[in-house]
Amino acid sequence: MPIKSYLAYPHKGKKKYLQQAFLALEGCEVLPADNEDLLILVTETDSREAEDCLKKKLEAIPSLKLLAMVSGFDTPKP
Amino acid sequence: MYPSLHTDRRSFLKKMAMLSAMTAAAGMFPGILFAEEQERGIPADTDLDWKKAPCRFCGVGCGVLIGTENGKAIAVKGDPKSTVNKGLCCVKGYHSIMALYGKDRLTKPLVKKNGSYVETSMKEALDLVASKMQETIKEHGKDAVSIYGSGQWTIPDGYVASKLFKGCIGTNNVEANARLCMSTAVTGFMTSFGIDEPMGCYEDIDHADTFVLWGNNMAEMHPVLFSRLLDQRLRRGVKIKDFATRTTRTSMAADKSILFIPQTDLAVANAICYEIINNGWVNTEFVQEHCNFNKGLTEMGYGLEDNYQFTDKPEAISFEDYKTFLEDYAPEKVARLSGVSVKDIKYLAAHFGDPNKKVMSLWCMGPNQHSRGTWMNNLIYNIHLLTGKISNPGNSPFSLTGQPSACGTVREVGTLTHKLPHGVVTNKKDREFAAKIWNVPVENIDPKPTYHTVEMFRALDRGDIRFMWIQVTNPMVTMPKLKLYRDGANKEGRFIVVSDIYPTPTTDVADVILPSAMWIEREGMYGNSERRTQYFEQMVQPPGEAMSDTVQLLEVAKRMGFEKQFYYKDETHIEEIYNEYRKHHEGKKHNMAPLEVLKSQPGAMWPYVDGKSTQWRFNAKYDPACSNGKDFHFYGKEDGRAVIWQRPYEPAAEEPDAEYPYWLCTGRVVEHWHTGSMTRRIPVLHQAMPHSYVELNPGDAKRLQILTGDKVKLTTRRGEITLPASINERGVPAPMQVFVPFFDENMLINEITLDSFCPISKEPDYKKCAVNVEKA
Ligand code: SF4
Repeated sequence: MPIKSYLAYPHKGKKKYLQQAFLALEGCEVLPADNEDLLILVTETDSREAEDCLKKKLEAIPSLKLLAMVSGFDTPKP
Repeated sequence: MYPSLHTDRRSFLKKMAMLSAMTAAAGMFPGILFAEEQERGIPADTDLDWKKAPCRFCGVGCGVLIGTENGKAIAVKGDPKSTVNKGLCCVKGYHSIMALYGKDRLTKPLVKKNGSYVETSMKEALDLVASKMQETIKEHGKDAVSIYGSGQWTIPDGYVASKLFKGCIGTNNVEANARLCMSTAVTGFMTSFGIDEPMGCYEDIDHADTFVLWGNNMAEMHPVLFSRLLDQRLRRGVKIKDFATRTTRTSMAADKSILFIPQTDLAVANAICYEIINNGWVNTEFVQEHCNFNKGLTEMGYGLEDNYQFTDKPEAISFEDYKTFLEDYAPEKVARLSGVSVKDIKYLAAHFGDPNKKVMSLWCMGPNQHSRGTWMNNLIYNIHLLTGKISNPGNSPFSLTGQPSACGTVREVGTLTHKLPHGVVTNKKDREFAAKIWNVPVENIDPKPTYHTVEMFRALDRGDIRFMWIQVTNPMVTMPKLKLYRDGANKEGRFIVVSDIYPTPTTDVADVILPSAMWIEREGMYGNSERRTQYFEQMVQPPGEAMSDTVQLLEVAKRMGFEKQFYYKDETHIEEIYNEYRKHHEGKKHNMAPLEVLKSQPGAMWPYVDGKSTQWRFNAKYDPACSNGKDFHFYGKEDGRAVIWQRPYEPAAEEPDAEYPYWLCTGRVVEHWHTGSMTRRIPVLHQAMPHSYVELNPGDAKRLQILTGDKVKLTTRRGEITLPASINERGVPAPMQVFVPFFDENMLINEITLDSFCPISKEPDYKKCAVNVEKA
């Protein structure tokens, strides 16, 4: 049951698009910075497979320039 | 109040993940605001106990915070206080704690009896190790016993190993796997500067304008540092140039990727120097004031024979001699040899030549695992010395290291045959100094180095070495030309002890297997690439009878009668060992930070003088050891001057021919740590990269009618191996080249690699040999 957080850098002028693209995906929570071109992304998935699948979708978002992982937590299944 | 961990654990952890990212963001963007968060009021940590440690895996040495609960490590986050990673963490770092909990952890000592392993107690196993060592010394002499350690040894592990073997037993049979990855960096530093390790630090990344990556796939091997480079590009528009033999994730992210034919980096580096001189880009004042010119012996061979010996003979030359030598390296001539266009050679040179650009060179295994690796390191320094782009924020030739303590333990403690913690065994004063601290007669320390790693395993094969203790490393996967050395280890009359945390192909050749405590199951320190020493405390209990490598060595030392030298108390042994070790490095050139400092912050960089880390050595503005009254002082050399070396291009030991027409290069992948003995037990990493493969160039694959997943047979003069093909996936080799990662013990690529090495550093060249490629 992985939970991960990332710093997400949008392409120039694409912060809003990136936020929307993240929100369109299941398991994503986004916190945009007010005064910098940066978003925080927290992902929550049910399994490693779902996590891999989500990661692939994230990497395919055109407005995303760079995704840097910050932390991860793996909770046992309830 | 915030819900308890038990009632709403996932929601709590999500908030923690968010908080970690915000803290990391605050480190990278001071003053950053998150309005929404303020309304939400993210909680402070509650039940989780967070403690700092350096990451267990690579040499970047990221600071991580480990969350423990009920005696178990359950979470990892980047430490925002660490200047190394500023809160970031890569996929290996995040999963690192899972390596503690693999199902088949070794928890009991195993002794081989009549061909099978029998469980025994730690006491009995250690008795056996000590008595076997004594028996071997009695029958075959002190040089028949040896220890082979690692850049993953903690500082105390390596220190007590060196004290026991060099100081007490009196043999220089002490080596470590860093010989296979970093000894070239050491000889590069020693020949150019007379003192080991980088002059700069990671903060150079925040100042440089251009980054030249020499055969260095940073995106996979040093991912957090590479993120810092990318971050600088987003903020300041810095440029990243990838100079490599294969197209990698790094090349794809770089601003420019330049491919060269293997081994010809020597020629291209010389061509850059030629351009610098010919275009008048030499920083004449710097060179006149701070540099000498030398040449050494050439056509040294490749160390392929048993008992191969080589000692370089440096000879002073003039600037004019050097200039004449470089005439053979005009870009037009080098372009033909290297496959790099004249335009690209001039382009690279211009970046170094531009007085308004700060340049950072970064390299790791490309120039190090190279049969002329010391030369290649010298040549990169030449470029920075000629232009005076060195020892200044952002102007930095930076040799990256691979393992978490290759610098801290192997290079600084000196766990190599010729080394002592301070100085070398061949120097009488250095021996006297070490003997005094070790409380042993000076005659105990042998003035003659014995075997470097490859030769040590050859000595085991010959029977000159009869007893070998291997700790924290897996040579039965990593030695080149592996079969020879595995057969040697299995010969009658050899006794092998292996300390590790999981079964590996190396424990398969052991007579005694000792279960080790891993990382935060014990207390210790690592030293990373930027001279940073980092402390970690014990956070969880090791499983079963597992014991730290330090304590295993102490117990054996005491059983051998060296109680006087190994007097440390159980509860404080790490502190006592570190304090004793610090004495070897006292003084402004290498002083180590006191333990209290290491405990209170995410590490400190030596020389640690007057309560301060030194970020840029040899520059009088930053380095208190500079004493010549000038702006720079290369005090590793007696006359205070760095050396610009005349080093030619010479071919590799084995190059493609009609029978074996391809180049074979080996290396690592981001998911796995070295031989995979830990990361392959972490399900998510194993699933992401389950087995090895051979990367082919798409054109070659098409001609051979090979598709991704097809079986491919690789044949060299050492043997053959079959692997699945990978085409246009992670990396793309140039035509007539193939790449194979070495992490997979079921597909041992080192069965077919060549054991040629750099004659000066004795580090094998894992990047080049000739191979035939066929569809299997
Ligand atoms: S970059 Fe290296 S040190 Fe940093 S988290 Fe990843 S493996 Fe660990």
